[in-house]
Amino acid sequence: MGQIVLSKVQKKFGDTEVIPPLDLRIEDGEFTVFVGPSGCGKSTLLRLIAGLEDVSSGSIQIDGKEAADLPPSKRGLAMVFQSYALYPHMTVRKNIAFPLRMAKMDKAEIDKRVDGAASVLNLTDYLDRRPGQLSGGQRQRVAIGRAIVREPSAFLFDEPLSNLDAALRMGMRLEISELHKRLDTTMVYVTHDQVEAMTMADKIVVLSAGIIEQVGSPLELYHSPKNVFVAGFIGSPKMNLIGGEVAASHGAHTIGVRPEHIDVSAATDGGQDGKWTGVVGVSEHLGSDSFFHIHETGLGDMITVRAGGEVGFTRGDRINLTPRADMIHKFDEQGNRIA
Amino acid sequence: MATQHSRSAARLMLAPAVVLLLGWMLVPLTMTLYFSFKKYLPLRGDTISGGLDWVGFENYSRFIGSSAFWPSVQATLLIVGSVLVITLVLGVLLALLLDQPMWGQGIVRILVISPFFVMPTVSALVWKNMFMDPVNGILAHLWNFFGAEPVQWLSQASMESIILIVSWQWLPFATLILLTAIQSLDSEQLEASEMDGAPILKRFWFIILPHMSRAMAVVILIQTIFLLSIFAEIFVTTGGAFGTKTLTYLIFQRVLESQNIGLGSAGGVYAIILANIVAIFLMRIVGKNLDK
Repeated sequence: MGQIVLSKVQKKFGDTEVIPPLDLRIEDGEFTVFVGPSGCGKSTLLRLIAGLEDVSSGSIQIDGKEAADLPPSKRGLAMVFQSYALYPHMTVRKNIAFPLRMAKMDKAEIDKRVDGAASVLNLTDYLDRRPGQLSGGQRQRVAIGRAIVREPSAFLFDEPLSNLDAALRMGMRLEISELHKRLDTTMVYVTHDQVEAMTMADKIVVLSAGIIEQVGSPLELYHSPKNVFVAGFIGSPKMNLIGGEVAASHGAHTIGVRPEHIDVSAATDGGQDGKWTGVVGVSEHLGSDSFFHIHETGLGDMITVRAGGEVGFTRGDRINLTPRADMIHKFDEQGNRIA
Repeated sequence: MATQHSRSAARLMLAPAVVLLLGWMLVPLTMTLYFSFKKYLPLRGDTISGGLDWVGFENYSRFIGSSAFWPSVQATLLIVGSVLVITLVLGVLLALLLDQPMWGQGIVRILVISPFFVMPTVSALVWKNMFMDPVNGILAHLWNFFGAEPVQWLSQASMESIILIVSWQWLPFATLILLTAIQSLDSEQLEASEMDGAPILKRFWFIILPHMSRAMAVVILIQTIFLLSIFAEIFVTTGGAFGTKTLTYLIFQRVLESQNIGLGSAGGVYAIILANIVAIFLMRIVGKNLDK
């Protein structure tokens, strides 16, 4: 069990309203990711759920029970911190056993659970070491181990991968997804990295300035962003947002086209067979893909396009751009999606 | 990249400092050792130029055989031990308190630290005349206010009084070091332990205290070094009477009051031995903490 329901939850620090009243429902067993730019209140929201911050008003229900006034330890949640927050003077075994010791569980049961968690996380050989002797990825796993031994109703992750290097991050991303499948427990995960959000989540909650911009599955957010903010935030490289006359001709204030939804072709003899035309600026070749930054399109800002790795335009080439008609997102003056 | 040349140049340049330091320590040490084997009573006409009589270990056996020796060692250890316990316990509590956000934090911190700036002689005199004086002291007035008989602190509770004065002087030092230790504690660790279900006392015991252990080790080591040789506080208050005669004070009496330099020097050598015994024990207990 691990259903979390927030209703009219509000948080103020002094006079500043960090989170205006918001409602959110996290179903049992769901992997929910809070994503947004830094300072958007996603960590605060997680800390409100954890109980490390008190709500200014509103209610938090965990498994149907009102939890807003409960201390963190009574909410049945476990949290993995950004800095891992391991206890440096204790061995890995003692670190993992700490919550069980605090719960006054008997010795044999503690050992059983710690050994179980250690084998799941490949930590068995490191149980007698101290956190200072472990690598970043191993510390991360100890922090997760300390969370899973408690058998909580939900896990909370606060940017757990941001201290790891790129290769390790991908590995841990997989491991956390695996873990979620195996434990089948609710997980709430905070990140500013939309790739993490897209790859791991069952449900993404996009936040901006404490407001929920959109809630949905990764593909829902990708295919039908509710507003300009979500459109610009989800997807990499960023969606091209175009205003002005071009947008007006589509009956919108702003239109958005993802870089991967624009077809490119060389503009031979200056002919105009594409919809738009422009000059290649910086090109980034990743092997599998190439990203081109196109200037002088007459569309306002620079346009980014994504093409196959074999496409080999160079700086200064004039090319034609053709957006796929069914992949154009339209937004009105308030930035909301026009259906 | 140290080449052979630069290394020998470095040694050459370090030499004056090393020679100076060695001289500073070795000359007094050798003189103490030399005098401790001699009969040297200036009032009886002994002079270095006139030649001093070799007396072997007689000074050593006289010093240790004196009825004042063992009580003085006990007094020394009692003062060091008590002051350490008091300053550490109160230091931890004060540090926890000062770490809390409060109005006027900066001024409060400076006030807490200020006793450390007062010279030992001055603070002992202030305590003696303004607090502990049985007629005019603040404590006497307090006792009178409640209708009790004022305590004659320095004669009736002399050891306790000296421990109180010295603790008052050293508490700021302990507080300051422990406060910086507490401030360096990662707040996420405390939050993690809170989520792990540790109530406030257990958080203190399992997280804060181990985090401070290294700072506590430093406090113990530094204070012990200075406390083994406290002198001024005893000199201006009890003058070594009422069981407050420490080893340092006993040596002072032998040399300057009895004018027996040989005997005092032998006492000095015993003081070195005592300090080393204490140091070995401390390093055993505390040094482990510093290794980590």
